[in-house]
Amino acid sequence: MDNLGLLLDGFGAVLTPENLLYAVIGVLLGTFVGVLPGIGPAMAVALLLPVTYGLEPISAFIMFAGIYYGGMYGGSTTAILLNTPGESASVMTALEGNLMARAGRAAQALATAAIGSFIAGTIGTLLVVFFAPALASVAVEIGAPTYFALMVLAMVMVTSVLGGSPLRGFIALFLGLTIGLVGLDLNTGQSRLSFDQPLLADRIDVVVVAVGIFALGEALWVAAHLRRNPAHVIPVGRPWMSRTDLKRSWGPWLRGTAYGFPFGALPAGGAEIPTFLSYITEKRIAARKGHDEFGQGAIEGVAGPEAANNASAAGTFVPLLALGLPVTATSAVMLAALQGYGIEPGPGLMTDQPELVWALLASLLIGNVLLLVLNLPLAPLWAKLLRIPRPQLYAGILFFAALGAYAANLQAFDLFLLLLLGLLGLMMRRFALPVLPLILGVILGPLMEFRLREAMAISGGDVSALWSEPLAIVIYVVVSIAVVAPFAVRRLRPAPAAVAEDQGLTSDDTHTEEKVR
Amino acid sequence: MLRHRTRRTTRTRRATRAAAALTALTAVVLLATGCGVTRGPQTADDLTMLIPNSPGGGYDQTGRTAIAVMENADISPGSFEVTNVIGAGGSVAMTRLMNAEGDERTMMTAGLGVVGSLYSFGAPYKLDDATPLAQLIEDQEGVLVPADSPFESIDDLVAAWKKDPDSVVIGGGSSPGGPDHLFPMQLATAVGVDPRELRYVVYDGGGPLTTALLGNKIDVGFSGVGEFEGPLSSGELRLLAVSGEDRLEGEGISESPTLTEAGIDLVFTNWRGVFAPPGISDQRRDELIAMLEEMHDTPEWKQALEDNGWIDEFKTGDDFTTFLQEQDERVATTLEELDLL
Repeated sequence: MDNLGLLLDGFGAVLTPENLLYAVIGVLLGTFVGVLPGIGPAMAVALLLPVTYGLEPISAFIMFAGIYYGGMYGGSTTAILLNTPGESASVMTALEGNLMARAGRAAQALATAAIGSFIAGTIGTLLVVFFAPALASVAVEIGAPTYFALMVLAMVMVTSVLGGSPLRGFIALFLGLTIGLVGLDLNTGQSRLSFDQPLLADRIDVVVVAVGIFALGEALWVAAHLRRNPAHVIPVGRPWMSRTDLKRSWGPWLRGTAYGFPFGALPAGGAEIPTFLSYITEKRIAARKGHDEFGQGAIEGVAGPEAANNASAAGTFVPLLALGLPVTATSAVMLAALQGYGIEPGPGLMTDQPELVWALLASLLIGNVLLLVLNLPLAPLWAKLLRIPRPQLYAGILFFAALGAYAANLQAFDLFLLLLLGLLGLMMRRFALPVLPLILGVILGPLMEFRLREAMAISGGDVSALWSEPLAIVIYVVVSIAVVAPFAVRRLRPAPAAVAEDQGLTSDDTHTEEKVR
Repeated sequence: MLRHRTRRTTRTRRATRAAAALTALTAVVLLATGCGVTRGPQTADDLTMLIPNSPGGGYDQTGRTAIAVMENADISPGSFEVTNVIGAGGSVAMTRLMNAEGDERTMMTAGLGVVGSLYSFGAPYKLDDATPLAQLIEDQEGVLVPADSPFESIDDLVAAWKKDPDSVVIGGGSSPGGPDHLFPMQLATAVGVDPRELRYVVYDGGGPLTTALLGNKIDVGFSGVGEFEGPLSSGELRLLAVSGEDRLEGEGISESPTLTEAGIDLVFTNWRGVFAPPGISDQRRDELIAMLEEMHDTPEWKQALEDNGWIDEFKTGDDFTTFLQEQDERVATTLEELDLL
C-alpha cells in the first residue's frame, strides 16, 4: 500500500485554494468548449492547452485535468441534448440520451451521465494508480488476432440491434459498411469508392456521419411533418434524478466501468467497442427484467455507455504513463501536454519522477470530483435549452451540426457530405430503416478490416494466424456459444431458452465487476 | 386555464433566456479560445502557412516551430496564419498551393512523405512544380528491433533477408510511398534483395508500431528515430542502424552505426522544407528565402533543432531544386520496382 501513501502526498501537493480555483476554471472551460458539437475531448484539450502554459507544473496539471474531464462531459451533453455526438465514443450515449431528453428527462440523462462519468473515472484512475505497470506489460502481448476476434464478437452483437425487421436492419448495416469502405486502402494505397475526390481519400469522418444521420436527418424529418403534425412541446420534467433512477443506474455504471477500463488499457482498445457492448448488455438485462424502455429513452442506456466511455478514457493512461504510448487522439494530445510539463512518459516514469506522477493522478481525481460538483446543478439548466420553440431549436441544432461537421476537419466539403448524409437520414426514417446499424457499420467495419489485414500481413496470408492467440480462441468460443446456444437450447427445451442464455451472460458480468471492486 | 397558460409562457421565456445566455457564453468561449486558430491575415505583411497534415504531426511541428522562431525574432514583417489542410497524405494541401498561383503571401511545409503521396494519388504535379524555397531539416530513419530479437546487427537482418525475405516480418508507420515504407524497400534493393518479396506491415504511426515491436508481433520496425528515444534509452528496443550520413546522439542511439559504416551503400533521410506557390516573382522568392535564412541563423532555431532531434540540413534555391528532382526520381524508381506506379 505504498502507492496509497504516495497518492496522499500527491493530494497534499495539489490541494491549495489557488489550485482549486484553477481546477474550477479548467472544468468550466472544458465543459463549455466540449459542449460545442464536433469538438470532442481531443480538440477541446488541444484548444485549451495553451491556457495552462505559464502556470506552475502542479497548477497546470490540475487545470488540465479539469479541462480534460470537462471536455469529455461536455461532449456527452451535446450528444444527449442535440443528438450530435462529438466523437465516436459518445454515439451510444446519444441514442437513449436524446430519446430521454425528448421525453422531458434530459436532466436525469445528464445527471446519470455525470455521476456515471465520475464513478467510472474514479475507479479507472485508482486502477491506474495501483496496476499501470503490471497491466501495460500484459497489454502489449495482445495482438491483431485478438482484436479481430473482438470485432467479430461486436459484429455478432450488432444483430441484436437490427430492430423489428431483420431485412431493414441488414440494409442499414450494409449501407454503413459501404460508407466505412470509402477512402484509401491503408495497406496498398489504392482508392476505394472515392470517385477521384482527394477529399474522400481519408475516409468519411464518423462524426460527420453520426451528426448527418442523427441530427440533420431528424431535423429534416421534423420539418417535413411540421405542417401536418403540429409539434408537441417537450414535457417539463423533474429537475433531479429520482430514487428509481438511481437504483436503475448503479448497475450499468459498474458494468460499464468493467467493460471500459480493460479496453482503454489495451493499446488498440478504444472506447467504441466497450460503449457498444455496455449498451447491448443493458438492453438485454432490461429486457429480462421486464422493464425494457430501450427505444423510448432508457436511463440504463445512458448510464452504461457513458461509464464505459470514461473508464476507457482513464484506462488509456495505462499505456500512456507506463509505455509512453498515445493510443487515442486525446492521449496523443495529452502526451504532448505531459512532455510540455516536463513529464517524460515511459517505463521509468513511475520511479524517475514519482512526485509529478502522483500529483497528476491526484489532480485527475480532484478534477473528477469538481466536474460532478459543478455539473450536477447545471444539468437542469442545460435541460431547459430544449424548451426553446421547435423551429428555433431545430435551427440551432442545424447550426451546431454544421459547425460540428466543419470543425472536425475544417473542410467545406464535409458540409456537403453532411447534407447528403442528412438526406440519407431522412430517407431512412421515411422507409423505417433503423439508423443504429448504419452507424455501427461505419465504426466497426474499418476497425475489423484493419485488424484482419494486419493479422494477415504478419502471417503472410496464413488464415490460421487468426486463432494463434489464446485470448482470441476464448472469444471465438464465446461467440459460437452465443450463436449456437439459442438454437440448441430451443430444440431441447422450447420454453426457457432465453433464460439460459441470459444467465450465462450475467454470471460473466458479475465476475468482471468483482474484479473491478 | 388562462392563468396556467400565462405561467407557462413566462416559464418558457425564462428558459429561453437561460438557454440564450448559455449559448452566448459558449460562443464567447469559442471565440476566446479559437482566436489563435482562426485568426486571418490582417495586414498586407501577414502570411499564411499551409500544413499538409493534422496538428501534432511531423510537418506541423516543423512548420509551427519555424513560424514561432520567425515571429519571436521579428524576422517576418507581419504575423502568420497556420492552416492545417488535411487529406490524401498532403495531396489536398498541394492542390491548394498549386491553385494559389502567384499568391505571394502563402507558403507550405512539405517533405518526402508528400513526394510519395503525390505519386500514390496520381497528382498531375510534383513538388518542384511549386516554388521551392528551402529545405529546413533532416530526420534519420532507424532499424528497430525488440530487446530480445535474434538480430544483433544489421548484417544479421541482411543475412536473414537473403536466405528468405518472406521470413522476416517488418513494419513501419507509413503506408506505401511514405518514408517508413520507402526506407526498407531501398535498403533491400541496396543489399540485393527483391523489395517485392518483403513482408511489410502498415501501422498507423509510431505509437502502434512501438506496441507491435514491444509485443514481438513483428521482427523489425523502420521509422524515424526521434519518436523512439524513450524505449531506446530504457533498452526495451534496440537500434540496429541509422540511415543518415552521421551517427546520432543519445542513450541507446549513439552506439548504432550508419548503414555506410556497416558496409551498405545507402544514405536515406526524411526531410522537410518550405515551398511557395508557382508563379511568384523572383524578387519575392528571394525575399522569402532571405527570411528563412535569417531564421536559420537564430539561436532559437538551433535550440529547436536540438530539442526535436532534427538534423540541421539547410538548402535553398537551386541546390534545393536539384535535390528535389533527385528525390523525386528515387521515389519514382522505388515505387516502379514495387509495381506500385
